[in-house]
Amino acid sequence: MKLPNKQCTTETAIAKIRDGDTIMVGGFGVPGTPMTLIHALVAHGARDLTLVKNDANEPGLGIDHLLRSGQVRRLITTHLGLNAYAIELMNTAKLEVEFNAQGILAERIRAGGSGLAGILTDIGIGTELAEGKQEIEFEGKRQIIEAALRADVALIHAERADVFGNLEFAATAQNFNPLMAMAADCVIAETVNLLPVGGLNPNNVQTAGVFIDHVTELTALTKEYAVVKR
Amino acid sequence: MSNARERLLARAARDVQPGMVVNLGIGLPTKIVDHLSEDLCVCLHTENGMIGIGPSPSPEQADRNLIDAGGAYVSTVPGSAFFDSATSFAMVRSGRLDLTMLGAFEVGSNGDLANWKIPGKFSPGVGGGIELAQKARRVVVLTTHTDRAGNPKLKTKCSLPLTAPNCVARIYTDLAVVDVGPKGFELVELARGVTANEAVEATGAPLILPHGELGVF
Repeated sequence: MKLPNKQCTTETAIAKIRDGDTIMVGGFGVPGTPMTLIHALVAHGARDLTLVKNDANEPGLGIDHLLRSGQVRRLITTHLGLNAYAIELMNTAKLEVEFNAQGILAERIRAGGSGLAGILTDIGIGTELAEGKQEIEFEGKRQIIEAALRADVALIHAERADVFGNLEFAATAQNFNPLMAMAADCVIAETVNLLPVGGLNPNNVQTAGVFIDHVTELTALTKEYAVVKR
Repeated sequence: MSNARERLLARAARDVQPGMVVNLGIGLPTKIVDHLSEDLCVCLHTENGMIGIGPSPSPEQADRNLIDAGGAYVSTVPGSAFFDSATSFAMVRSGRLDLTMLGAFEVGSNGDLANWKIPGKFSPGVGGGIELAQKARRVVVLTTHTDRAGNPKLKTKCSLPLTAPNCVARIYTDLAVVDVGPKGFELVELARGVTANEAVEATGAPLILPHGELGVF
């Protein structure tokens, strides 16, 4: 039996994105952010997007390009501290921002990717993050119901992949990538190290290719992927 | 402050005990790393998915895939491990963190912590702060005793949106070490050259003085 080949060009994969889509974007800071797929989305021009990303990168990097091109209506995130432009957009009501506790964002995505409707947690009780959320008493304790999160498309950066879509991640570039890779209707993974089927040791696969729809090969890593000089 | 800041960092670092799993928050607390002895058996966690942080690398040694939750480049130690964001916070929420050291805008005398939002001025998001403050076994704060305008950051009650209620056990400042006890703030130690009266005046809530002589750091 043979596993299918899902390799395609970045443009072909990104062409699936529609106006109004919800897009999950992997990465925490630079590590794991799919810089090339993001540039392709800027070139594609889909608008009115909802992005789900841990942070807003830094000015001139990652999803900052999508904020500057005016393609993003709403951002579901945890922290914007390194991007003053994103904070300015939020403060001037040009960008709708929904803050989540970081691990709860991760769990909402994991639930979405696992066929669950939501999770119960006591995180945020007594703070304004709990406002407007449904609370229940469960096994004698107050819990907030946090809804599962899914997206139309997820953009993933992998350190290494095979053309079936099996993925490996590097160091702290793992972060939200394996979770988001399970939680979207169409999952696009980029990598600079693309191997034939069977090129990865099955023991080292961190995301199974069954979750992935398209794999695109980067000919090189642009300077956006490099160490940031601050 | 810089001299006082170094002494505050060194004092707080002394409370990192062998065997602990520790998370150092963004800002002042991450500077603790370089005050810990290389011989100390301690496991440093960062929210973006790593346990076993080593000393800060030089800019030339920085690895593009290896950062802490504040975006600073970090190094590994023998035995370091990487994991995804869900696993990282599973460690936090399930009680694997013995200690977290966080920054603060305000601490209430009941242990309430406000460190993520100044309405209308500063609201970059809460990141992992709520989970750290709510679930680490011990939560301590590193901060200046007063803000830039001289207003106390240790108050009877926080006026800013809370990160978590009733969570702070100890506060290390440029003036003093203060515990949050059942009756409020308790003075534990004073910074060199600071009098108990100065600490009392810089605190926006009653400060309980101990019997006997105060330690100095």
